[in-house]
This record gives sequence, structure tokens and C-alpha cells, in this order.
Amino acid sequence: MAQEFRTVEQRTPQTTEAGQRSVPRPIFLPPADIYETRDNIVVLAEMPGVALDGVDITLERRVLTIRGRSAANDHAGYQRVYNEYANGDYERAFTLSENIDRDRIEATLKDGVLHLVLPKAETAKARKIELKPG
Amino acid sequence: MTMALSEFPRLGFDPFVELRRMQSEMNRLFSSGFTTTARDFPPINIWLGDNSVVVTGELPGVMPDDVTISLQEDVLTLEGARRPTQEQEASWQRRERAYGTFSRAVQLPFRVDPDKVQARFNNGILEIELERLEADRPKKIEIRGA
Repeated sequence: MAQEFRTVEQRTPQTTEAGQRSVPRPIFLPPADIYETRDNIVVLAEMPGVALDGVDITLERRVLTIRGRSAANDHAGYQRVYNEYANGDYERAFTLSENIDRDRIEATLKDGVLHLVLPKAETAKARKIELKPG
Repeated sequence: MTMALSEFPRLGFDPFVELRRMQSEMNRLFSSGFTTTARDFPPINIWLGDNSVVVTGELPGVMPDDVTISLQEDVLTLEGARRPTQEQEASWQRRERAYGTFSRAVQLPFRVDPDKVQARFNNGILEIELERLEADRPKKIEIRGA
């Protein structure tokens, strides 16, 4: 579970496989929390500025990829005079160590945080094994 | 008797390869600019209009009710807290998001009208629009002919 694909470096713009990006936007590595409960693996990723239609989640075999495209943040008639954060897209991939029941994955987006609940497949769940007295 | 240039391949591991790998790893670390070191929270951008100023901040995961915006003269203060996820019997795999309280004061380029402040929260981005105080605006002075 702790395995992570180093596809994108934090705060470093990347180019896609197709060469130059059409829009010169940086891609950020969203900070994430991941925890595991008995039934689920939960991923929380921070993607401020991304609206619901800008999120793209794929699960291919055990590789979970999350992408977020932030909405344009242009203030017409305004000039940017101070800058601490840049607008850009978010991308990150994780390798899951458990089999996931992909039909029951739940994803919500609230206040710029993506909340993913990945239910473990029945076969992956830990079973309690009863010991019989011999 | 012939000797190989390097004896190390015989050991099944070449320290020079390892050194080169470490070097490229160091270069990568340093070139990324240590952006993950402590920064002021929330990070803000300031946009200046003709008679107004917009302050935007990245506050993902902060509930609108948990943020207090106050204004004194030309200093805007953002205060609030980000609550941790309450989950029992969870085993953490990765914890990168920060929790706790924050407070940040922003000096605005001019005095603003406290009655004309608009704040919006959208997808984790806080946007505060403030208007310049009427009495504080630059006045155009007409030159009268002699």
C-alpha cells in the first residue's frame, strides 16, 4: 500500500507522453492521507480549486490514478500582485496492495479534498480462523 | 596475468553505479526546491483591481464555518482550524496532510470598506473581495484655466 509511483515530482511541471502540453500548466502532487479500516482503504487527497467535473479517477489492476484539473482562476480586470501558490493540475498514482471491489468504489469531493473509499474485495478481507480444541 | 579494471563487478555490486544513482537522487532532491518545507498557511495570492483587492487562499479540507475572517484598518486576518479525520481502528498508510489551527495576517495595499467585503468558498479556495474606502480613493484634481 505504501508503494507509490514516482510519476510526478512535487511542484515540478511535467510534460506528457505526447510531448509538450498544450497548455503550459504545472502538475502538482496532491498531498494525501491513506488509511485502512477492516473493510475499506480510504484515500484523501487535497486538490484545491478542482471542481467535480475536473476529477478523473482510474483503477487499472492495482494502480490507482487520480487526476484533477483546476478551474481557471482568472480575475478579469485584476492584476496579480502577490503570488504564493500557482494554478495547475494534480496527478498522483498509487499501487494498492489489496484487491479492490471496483464496483463499490465511492468518490466524493468536498472543500477541495477528494475522498475515495475503496472497499476491499471479499477475498482480500482478513478472515478470523477459529481454533478447534484438539 | 590480466586484471579487470574494476574488481567490484565480481562482488555482484558496483559501488560506482550506486554512487551515480545517489548523485542523481541528490540532484533531484535539490532541484525540487524544498517546497515542502514549512510555509505560511494558507498560501495566498493577491489580485489588485482599480478600486478593489481580491485575496485568494488555498484551504482544502477546511469547513467554511471553521474560518474566521476579520479586518482591522488595512490588515486582514484569516484564522481557523483544520480538523483531523476521526476514524477508529484505522491503520495509517500515509499521512501528509496537516491539521491544527492557523492564523495569518495580510497587509492590504489600502484601507478598505468593512461593509463591502465579500467572501466566497469554492472547492477549497477562499476568495475575499474588498473595496477601497471611498475617502481613501485617489482624487482627480481639475486644473482651472487662469
